Order: sequence, then C-alpha cells, then structure tokens
Amino acid sequence: MLGLERKDTLLMFAVAFITLLAPIILNPFPAGSALAQFNAGYPDLMQRFVIFGIFAIGFNILFGLTGYLSFGHAAFLGIGSYSAVWMFKLLSMNVIPAILLSIIMAGLFALVIGFVSLRRSGIYFSILTLAFAQMSYNLAYSVLTPVTNGETGLQLTLSDPRILDGASSGGLPVTSLFGAEMRDTTTLYVGPWTWDFSVGYYFCALLMLIAFYLSVRIFRSPFGMMLRAVKSNQQRMNYTGLNSRPYTLAAFVISGMYAGLAGGLLAAMDPLAGADRMQWTASGEVVLMTILGGAGTLIGPVLGAGFIKYFENIFSKINDGILHQWFAFMPDGLENFMVTVIHPFIGKGWHLTLGIMFMLVVIFLPGGLVEGAQRTGRLFRRRDRNADHVESDAARQRAAAE
Amino acid sequence: MTRQTFSRRGLLKTGAVGGAGLALPTIFTSQARAFTNAPTGSTVTLGFNVPLTGAYADEGADELRALELAVEHLNGGGDGGMLQTFSSQALDGTGILGKKVEYVTGDDQTKSDVARATAQSMIQKDGAVMITGGSSSGTAIAVQGLCQEAGVIFMAGLTHSNDTTGKDRKANGFRHFFNAYMSAQALAPVLQNLYGTDRRAYHLTADYTWGWTQEESIAAATEAMGWETTEKVRTPLGAGDFSSYIAPVLNSGADILVLNHYGGDMVNSLTQAVQFGLRDRQANGKDFQIVVPLYSELMARGAGQAIKGIPGSQNWDWKLEDAGTQAFVKSFGEKYGFPPSQAAHTCYVQTLLYADAVARAGDFNPCAVVEALEGYEFDGLGNGPTLYRADDHQCFKDVVVVKGAENPQDEFHLVEIVEVTPTEQVTYAADHPMFAGGALGECNPGA
Repeated sequence: MLGLERKDTLLMFAVAFITLLAPIILNPFPAGSALAQFNAGYPDLMQRFVIFGIFAIGFNILFGLTGYLSFGHAAFLGIGSYSAVWMFKLLSMNVIPAILLSIIMAGLFALVIGFVSLRRSGIYFSILTLAFAQMSYNLAYSVLTPVTNGETGLQLTLSDPRILDGASSGGLPVTSLFGAEMRDTTTLYVGPWTWDFSVGYYFCALLMLIAFYLSVRIFRSPFGMMLRAVKSNQQRMNYTGLNSRPYTLAAFVISGMYAGLAGGLLAAMDPLAGADRMQWTASGEVVLMTILGGAGTLIGPVLGAGFIKYFENIFSKINDGILHQWFAFMPDGLENFMVTVIHPFIGKGWHLTLGIMFMLVVIFLPGGLVEGAQRTGRLFRRRDRNADHVESDAARQRAAAE
Repeated sequence: MTRQTFSRRGLLKTGAVGGAGLALPTIFTSQARAFTNAPTGSTVTLGFNVPLTGAYADEGADELRALELAVEHLNGGGDGGMLQTFSSQALDGTGILGKKVEYVTGDDQTKSDVARATAQSMIQKDGAVMITGGSSSGTAIAVQGLCQEAGVIFMAGLTHSNDTTGKDRKANGFRHFFNAYMSAQALAPVLQNLYGTDRRAYHLTADYTWGWTQEESIAAATEAMGWETTEKVRTPLGAGDFSSYIAPVLNSGADILVLNHYGGDMVNSLTQAVQFGLRDRQANGKDFQIVVPLYSELMARGAGQAIKGIPGSQNWDWKLEDAGTQAFVKSFGEKYGFPPSQAAHTCYVQTLLYADAVARAGDFNPCAVVEALEGYEFDGLGNGPTLYRADDHQCFKDVVVVKGAENPQDEFHLVEIVEVTPTEQVTYAADHPMFAGGALGECNPGA
C-alpha cells in the first residue's frame, strides 16, 4: 500500500496507531496516584516527543544511510525556529507559512554548509559541521542580536505588524491553523484517568507521520541504495565512475530540511526561539537519540528521541520530597538511606542516569533499542519454525509427526 | 472489481452510529473551568523553577531551600518565619485558603528554552497555579511570557534586568527584586564619595538582557556625575575564563573596571582581575578600582580575598536589623545551618506575597490575585515599607549598598553594609525611558 512493502506498511500502521493513541498510552497511571509522576501524556512533552522524532528521523537519513556524522544539526533546528517566529511576527499567526519558511531557510543553509563541509569526510566533516554550528550559535547569541534578540530569545510582542492578521487586541495572539488554536486541548476524564487531546500535538503527529513515510520511501528507493553505497565504500563507488557528491549533498539538505521542520514546529507550539537551541549540546543530543534508538533503522531514532526527552522532563523533576513519599513505608533510617542512595540519580542528576543507560545500551545492544526489541521478540517467537532451511524443515517434520 | 451498494437504511444506520461515536467523548469532558488549574482537591500546587545546574546553580539551590521553608511556614510548620512579622495577617498557617500547599520543582538550567519547558510541564502536568524561582533575567522574561499565555501567576525570583518590569512587563508577572536602575541610583552617590567625579570607567558586561540594562543604567548614572565611559565589552554568559577580556583593560586608559557579571561569572572575572594585579595599579594618577554593581554573599564566598573593599548593591542582606529579617534568618539558619542569600530571601517573600494575595482576595483566580497585589503596600518582610506598583508590577523599597569586608570574622560576614538608600532616591516614573516600550496587557486567567 502507498508504494510500500507489506512489512513497511505494517510498521507504518503501528507507528500511526501509537502516535494517534499516545495521549492514552503515555498516561497509564491514574491522575491522583503516586505513580502519576511517571505519566508523560501532557501536551507539551508529547509535542516534544514527535518534534524531536522528526529531527532524529531527518538526522538518520544522513547518518544512518551515508554514515556522515554531522555534529551541527542543531543549527538547522535553530534556523527553523527563528524563521518561524519571524513569520509569526511579520506575516500571520497561521502556522503553515511559518513552517514552510523554516523548511526553506533550513534547506538553504544546509545547502551552503553541506557544500563546504562535504568536501571532507569522516572526522573532518564532523568538525566542520560543528564549527559551522558554533558559528551560527555565536552569531545568534550576540552578533545578530537585532535579528535574534540574543540570550533572551526572540518573542512575540503586541506591537508586531502581522500584516495578514491585523492589529491584535488584548493579549498576545496564539499560533493557529486556520483558526484552530494550537494550544486548544480537550481533556477526557475516564474514571480516575485523565487524557489530554491537544490540537498542537495532533498537528505535529500528522507531520511526523508524513516525515516518517517519506523516510521509509527514501530508505527503500534507489537513491537510498546509493546513500548506503556511500556508507559501505565511497572510494570504490568513485572508482566505478559515480560521482557521490550530489547524493551526499542531497541527503544533507534533506536532513537539514527535516531539522528545519522540527525547529519550525517547536516555534509553532511555543512561539519563542532561543540561541540555546543551536548549541553544540543540542547537536550532540540528536546524535545520542539516533544511536540510542538504533542508527540506520527506521523506527530507532523516534524511540531514541522519546527516550531522551522522557528522561529530561520526567526524571529531572523527581525531588527528595517525592522520594520520601515513595519510601515512607520503610523505617526512618532505611528511608533516609534509600533517599541518599537514589538522590544523585534524580533531579539535577538525570544526566547521570541517562549517561549510564546510554553506556549500557551501547555496550550490550550496539544496534540500539531496536536491537533490544528484536532480541526480546526472538525470545518469544517460535524460533525453530521461523529459522531458515534445515531448522525450519526439521520443525515442520516434527510438527507433522506429532 | 467489487461493487458497493449503499442502501438508504444502511447509510442512516452508519451515520447515526458514527455520529454518536463522535459525540461520545463530549460527555466525559468536564465543565469549563473559570481559570487555568483551579485547585479542586484539598491541596494547591506551586511550581518552583530554579537553576540547579549552570552558572547560577548556587543561587538556585539557595532559592529552593527558601521555597521549601516558605511552604513549611504556610502549612503551619516550623516557627512561622516572616508570617509573624508580615503586616498582613491574612495567612494563618493552614495552607492557602485552607488548602495544603504542595510543590513541584524543576531545573531550568538558566536557559530560556529549558525554563519554558519545565514551567510548561508544571502547568500542564502538575497543575501549578503559580510559578516562581529563577536566577536570570533571560529565563524570568521567557517564563513570564509563558505564564501570561497559560494564565497562571509568575512571581519572579532573582531578576535584576530593567526589562522584566520594563519593556517585557506582563500583567500576570510580579517582581519583588530590585532592578539595575535602582542599583545605579543607589550606588552613584557612594561611588562619588569613594572615588570622586573625575573617573574613566571600563565595562565588562554579561551578554544578555540583564547585563545590557545594568550597563546602560550604571553608565547613565555615573556619567551624570561626571565620569567618562571608555569602553563597553560584552562577554558570553558562563565564559569561565575572562583573562582575554581583562588584559585589554590595562592599556585602555580607564581607571575603574565595572563588572556587570553575576554568580559564577562574577566570581571568575573578579578573581582574574585581581590576579592580573588591577587593584595594585595606578592609572591617570589614581588607584585603579573595581566596582561590582550587583552583589551577593554567595558570590563573595566564591571570590574570597578578591572581594575586599569592593562596592556594590544588594536587594537585601541577612545582617539588616529589622524584625522581619531577624525572624527569617532565624528560621532559615535553624533549618539549614547558615544564613540565607538575597536570592533565597526574594523567593521566600514572593511565595508569601502570593499566598497572602490569594488569601486576601479569597480566590485563586489569577485576575483576583493581580488585583490584590496591584498597588499593595506592606511591611515586615525585611525591606521596610514596600509598594507593589500597579503600573509595572515592580516593588519599590530601600536598596542596600554594601562593600566587601576588610577583615571578615567568618565566611558569613564577607559583606558589610555601607548604607541603606531610601526608597525615594531609587523611585522612577513608570514611563522612564529605560523602562519604556512595554505594556502589561490584561490579566489572563487562561481556560
């Protein structure tokens, strides 16, 4: 269906199913319960899940297929955000022109940066992209303050022109899609559970599904095959008379546009663009997401993005008070001991927890979370019948005999 | 090819079932609430958004201590702290309006983006009705904007930029802390006494909203008394190493260095300036001097010996002798074993002021709170008689001018009070040019 093989169609449907029901799946614990701390189903975080999912899907087209490790992708994220906010300030609060401009601007920057950086490969390419990203960051942070508003970040004000919308009255206008406000949320109360369905989330989710579909098509296309060839042996490819540069540049621009889309969506959900978004730590984060989930796999980067954003937003908010509540059933001494032991791993220590998880994944599951899922899958499947040749024949014969 | 036939009955049936299915969720949705996160149970949740990592982590940790203390006092625990000395007695130690106060915390990392995300999660996930904390004007302005959109109250923590209640002021945001303009007005006469009227100043400035407005305010106030500003250099936030910025000062012809830095940055830049021997030098026939306009005990502790004799200003100091300060320092000291910083003080006071405003209004509705706080005059919270001005939601109160102690008796007496500048001297018109260009807008109850 849709030009996909059966296996990919199934994957696509699974992703669509999970994304559309995310508000329910991510809120498994009743609102008032002690475990509600671990619920992730509130609009802001769900939006981040899918937006950074898009970012990581795009990064994976470059890194997963061609093997070129870009350390500067956050620059395109930031450019996307700034473009979108400027569109909100000058033209209209409708998200469509803002997102279009952010994709185009990020694409243009990617073309220029890619054209220069792709003359080198390996570590030199990574360093070049890192340099460009840091340059953009510093420009946004201080030199271009009139355009970017420096450290405070670019924000909407009441006095912005907004040509299409006209003058706003009362408070600041909100981003919308032809009248449907992005922040509109319907809350469903079912027994003790509460589920938030927000317009902004479903808008982002729809775009992520489109982005995911495109990435599947790219992975399965002759173009994707060329990119894989670049990864496996670029020299041999060049010796056969193929010029690989246009392919890598195209991949770079496409992944830059994905990042621009993600940046534009971030701004559409919350109309503020800060320079922090372009810092090298943000570039490193998308590399972590892709590797953690499984580089070169279709679904991996999305899983990695969700994983990291979950830690950042949920673990960083657990404090000692909450720990004391959890261990309240223990005798005092033991309770304090447990809190002291766990303390370094929560709150501001979430980086430490994430670091340990990352190490464990890289050491024991080099293929990322996807490999973990595959291994568990294999545990529960009838291994012999799904194996090939001799083993499956034997299994069939045995089944017949029984 | 398959043929599909639509019967009228079938179409009606499907339509009815489909319509009912689509309409079903609406019976679950609750009635529209009057305002965002209206507390329904027996508790009310406040959001404490403070930096636990980054350049201002020390301030953040101290703010969190004070906020936890404030919650304890509001719920009737401990000795009540400033509740006893507060001029309003609407709070009785049973929480706020009989609801027990609970809180959630988050690490804003002193980054606008992160601060907005953590505040957003407090509002959307935890149901916070008020956000406070923060140790940077950048994050304060970002979070204030968010709270305005979401319809909750923002009680700014440590934010010293003119813009917070100037061009970026918002109806749902309130600031107790003083600002760069007030610092400059309080500091200028003291600087004139110390160093005379014929001086040439060189500014090193943290490159964000607070740094810019402080640089502007100090330059304006010192130029008014005859000083000359030779150069203004911007340094990135959290730079760590300032030696490349300090070396050019030596040959610039300046004889005063103004450090518009705060927190870890100020500790580093001051220490390095002293190591470069700036204070032992002569320039233009005068002793070279360093000024740090915004000061705190935490920074003094970090900078150690370097801080001796250096003048600056503070919002509050634990060595003040009024009853409110003494009550707060006593309960903070008993709980944590050392005196509170000014960051801790302002967050503590902001939380009490919010609770008090809700109690007086009898309602958690942000618009009722805004009305209760606007033009509110109070006393007994450590700064003497104070006014929350309705025009820009800025507190007007005395400013403390301090300098580094020459012979501190212990690490808590590193700063000594030079004078307390009265409110009148630091008051300005709401449409002062340095604060112009903003509008409060209307209070937003959300929902």
